Amino acid sequence: MRARCQSGGLGHNMGSSVMDLQQEILFSLEKDGVVISNEFGESIKESHQKIVGAIKSLESLGNVVNVKQNALKTWECTEEGTGVATEGSHEARLFNSLPPEGRSVADIKDNFPNSNFALGAAMKNKWLKKEGEKVVPAMTSIEDQVQKYLQAITAGAADSVPDNVKVEYKKRKLIREVEMTVFEVTKGNEFTTSIVKQEGELTKEMIESGQWKKTTFKPFNFKSKGRVDQRSGYLHPLMQLRSEFRQIFLEMGFSEMPTNNFVESAFWNFDALFQPQQHPARDAHDTFYVAEPGKTINVPEDYLQKVKKTHSVGGYGSIGYQYDWSRDEAHKNLLRTHTTAVSARMLYKLAQDGFQPVKFFSIDRVFRNETLDATHLAEFNQIEGVVADYNLSIKNLMGLIKGFFEKIGITKLRFKPAYNPYTEPSMEIFSYHEGLQKWVEVGNSGMFRPEMLRPMGIPENVTVAAWGLSLERPAMIMYGINNIRELVGPRVKMELILDNPVCTIDK
Amino acid sequence: MPTVSVNRDALFKALGKTYSDEEFDELCFQYGLEVDDIVDEPEKGITYKIEVGANRYDLLCIEGIARSLSVYLGKESQPNYRVLPPKEPENYKLIVKPSTSQVRPYVVGAVLRNIKFTQAVYDSFIDLQDKLHQNLARKRTLVAIGTHDLDTIIGPFIYDARPPQDISFVPLNQTQAYRADKLLEMYSCDSHLKEYVPIIKDKPVYPVITDQKGVVLSLPPIINGNHSKITLNTRNVFIECTATDRYKAQIVLDTLVCMFSGYCDQPYTAESVQVEYPDGEKVQYPKLQYRQQVASVSYCNILAGVSEKAEDIAKMLTSMSLSADPDGQDKVVVKVPPTRYDVLHECDIAEDFAVAYGFDRLAADMQMPPTNTIGQEFELNYLSDKLRLLMSQNNYTEVATFSLYSKMDMGERMRVNLDNESWVKVANPKTTECEAVRISLLPGLMKTLAANKHISLPLKLFEVADVVFRDSCPTTTRGTGARNERHLCAINYNVKAGIEIVQGLLDNIMIALKVPFTPDNSAQGYYLEGKDHPSYFPGFCGNVIVNDVAVGQIGLIHPEVITNFNLNNPAAAFEINIEKVLEITNFGH
Repeated sequence: MRARCQSGGLGHNMGSSVMDLQQEILFSLEKDGVVISNEFGESIKESHQKIVGAIKSLESLGNVVNVKQNALKTWECTEEGTGVATEGSHEARLFNSLPPEGRSVADIKDNFPNSNFALGAAMKNKWLKKEGEKVVPAMTSIEDQVQKYLQAITAGAADSVPDNVKVEYKKRKLIREVEMTVFEVTKGNEFTTSIVKQEGELTKEMIESGQWKKTTFKPFNFKSKGRVDQRSGYLHPLMQLRSEFRQIFLEMGFSEMPTNNFVESAFWNFDALFQPQQHPARDAHDTFYVAEPGKTINVPEDYLQKVKKTHSVGGYGSIGYQYDWSRDEAHKNLLRTHTTAVSARMLYKLAQDGFQPVKFFSIDRVFRNETLDATHLAEFNQIEGVVADYNLSIKNLMGLIKGFFEKIGITKLRFKPAYNPYTEPSMEIFSYHEGLQKWVEVGNSGMFRPEMLRPMGIPENVTVAAWGLSLERPAMIMYGINNIRELVGPRVKMELILDNPVCTIDK
Repeated sequence: MPTVSVNRDALFKALGKTYSDEEFDELCFQYGLEVDDIVDEPEKGITYKIEVGANRYDLLCIEGIARSLSVYLGKESQPNYRVLPPKEPENYKLIVKPSTSQVRPYVVGAVLRNIKFTQAVYDSFIDLQDKLHQNLARKRTLVAIGTHDLDTIIGPFIYDARPPQDISFVPLNQTQAYRADKLLEMYSCDSHLKEYVPIIKDKPVYPVITDQKGVVLSLPPIINGNHSKITLNTRNVFIECTATDRYKAQIVLDTLVCMFSGYCDQPYTAESVQVEYPDGEKVQYPKLQYRQQVASVSYCNILAGVSEKAEDIAKMLTSMSLSADPDGQDKVVVKVPPTRYDVLHECDIAEDFAVAYGFDRLAADMQMPPTNTIGQEFELNYLSDKLRLLMSQNNYTEVATFSLYSKMDMGERMRVNLDNESWVKVANPKTTECEAVRISLLPGLMKTLAANKHISLPLKLFEVADVVFRDSCPTTTRGTGARNERHLCAINYNVKAGIEIVQGLLDNIMIALKVPFTPDNSAQGYYLEGKDHPSYFPGFCGNVIVNDVAVGQIGLIHPEVITNFNLNNPAAAFEINIEKVLEITNFGH
């Protein structure tokens, strides 16, 4: 066991002189009933700083003394002023340096520091007089009032110096006004003049010898910060939020899709979703195509034929897009633009294995050939939920989305009709943002088109509802980040991770 | 999604009602439009920038938006678009020459008779062509529109494709004639036209439409001739659309005709143009066909989650510009107008019904689906998360870096020769930072260190994420030719960073995975085997072997790699393929 009774704090490392000072203060207090820090310092010729240290240590003992702080305006000498206080004013120094026969003005001007001022002031005081080219003493002895005043100020007796003199000296930059904190010490309830040595730590020896029973411990300073022994390990905030969303899906009974395939064929990414080959999203401006391996190895041929037919001439009640569908285009490899490519694979597999109702989810990386800026990256995490069941309705999709968003504390939702090539109906999800006082888009949703589902072999009366959102967007809002590159990527500053060790969602 | 700029006052005039911004925004929300921005300019007045669904070509201009919203609000009924016989049947022809098949094989045409342009109508007409070119026509690659003052030209018109040297004409808004190849050279520097130049530039022949006298109407898909230019005084308009996609040309033409025939003396009509292909095929355009689509009442009701009668469904569909009639109790017959090429299937009808019913009304009665299922994590993610937690318990901090790297960061800076690696190469990155899909997590950790030199040492970082390799195996790559591999990478960067520190961490991981340390190279356990790797310091690098299979490296980072990332302290790291480790140890089972 290791008990730490003191972790730093004032007075801890002070030597015996502090102990002596504390004792002196206590004696003085017993005699006078009050000790004023600056006056006490002057009286015993000790620096104010040390006196304050001793007072603080006494204060830390508990109720031995009461301490009150007062702000005090006072004066102190500048560097030049301190020189005058110790060595005399310039004019006095000049007077004292003169031999009885005097010196030539030119000689003084060349060799005496501050000669102009010194000459002027000494003449004005009638200490010197002019005799031809020379200056000679006019008195045998002088009284250096300037030095006396400045000595008084150095000694903290500024009150004895007339105010007009202080104003003049301030102008001459000999003194300046300062504010100091003065401590007024009075006796406390447990006042005593006998203080005992306090121990900073409970030690192994004290425990073994039982010495701790007789030891007085320095009180623990509850106001100081703790000390970090070794930096802990942390999880990245975005990855923590990812875990929260995974948890929500699992609580709702969703199964996680295997999304660990970043390279996808255009077939699964677009064609299988009934996204026509001339669709702008398939443009190289938006999608990262893969140069190597540029072509996919294989796609289930019978399924491909059905997809081709549905696109080019229609089927399953659809007139299709009426264009020449190209196998080459479908066989191009790309970096998947959405995890819906994986949903398509899963739904196809589900149909092959024999359909039964399912709920799927995934949270994983998708790629867009974006021009990068503060809110757009070339890759981000897409959160996607998919439910396939017989005769699902828009109301079911809305209910599902509401249930999901309630889990992250978003309760006010609206749905706007929208367009998406592979869902019909499609709805944008809006939530009311209290801060912005308006509805903001938080996600996208829809029911997969029959032209997507039927070629897979999904039964006719099965509908598949899906919704999606990005992981980064809510993370940016949660952590108050405006530039996405401060959240993800290799240039993220560690402070983000260290300062956000735990991620919780306001549910 | 395309955005259409609409003059607010003109729109409200067409709708016969003035709205506040909030009221109009709400109307748009209900209908599935979105007011993206409101701009107030001194000369133009207030403009609404309205975002339109990418499949609704009929909403790409103020005429279409006003008409659809008026029908939705019940203020007018959907017009009946009609094709009229041509006034000059012999002249309103487009004769297609065989050479066009080498470059742009299809053409369609129509005539708008006695149209009245105002400046606003003219601007809108030009703007819609531009919108159609950008969206449906995929930047003129699929379809290109040319519109002409019919009274300046004489049919029949010839659609030909000729060598560029043989084509010469005065292009739109120019005063002198240019040869087609010179013209394209000039336009390759034109900010507006340069993006279309490559569509035909290197073709042996260029498409060209001329009139009976050889006047060049247009050089599709680049520019029209100046001769047949449309002005505010033009009364009769000849529209031609050349295409590589015949069906889309039909859509573009129908859309233009439907939107602007409203300004003809005989509203919503167009005169037909006959296209004559070299094989003798003769086709009349515009089509303006009304397609019948039957929608089942129960299907619509199930999809929306309501129970409306056939008559009511028909009424609601009609308000969505889909004229419909009930056919008994179970069916609704919809006449899909030539403005609604987005309707492909019954589901499109059902959606319009749901929109007309109102999403807010549906939301008022939303229900959780009855689907009861038991959730299941993807095992690899489940185990990855366990390892992430373990790493943080070992005082390593997680980073989240990118999957895409520059070749420089992944290759040269790591001292790795990418020619020897099966890495996935991105074909069309916009920046060098997205040239390659990563084969290792280590460069991301090195870059993170470089960005955090202000943090007191030691810096102990880790990442668990996927890297990607080319692979010819169809099953492991799911048919694509590339597969993900889940890696764990950890690095210790410090004034002194011996391998033993990260090795201790590796030991802890192996304990967690129940793999014993077997320095005697046993087939059941793990050990290290000295083997150099370009990113590590020679002699201080080894393979991590689990059950006799190499699963990764451990070692002291090569000093050149350290300095390549502008770092100056030693670092030790390991990177292992955890997917492989889990597989060969059968962990979790």
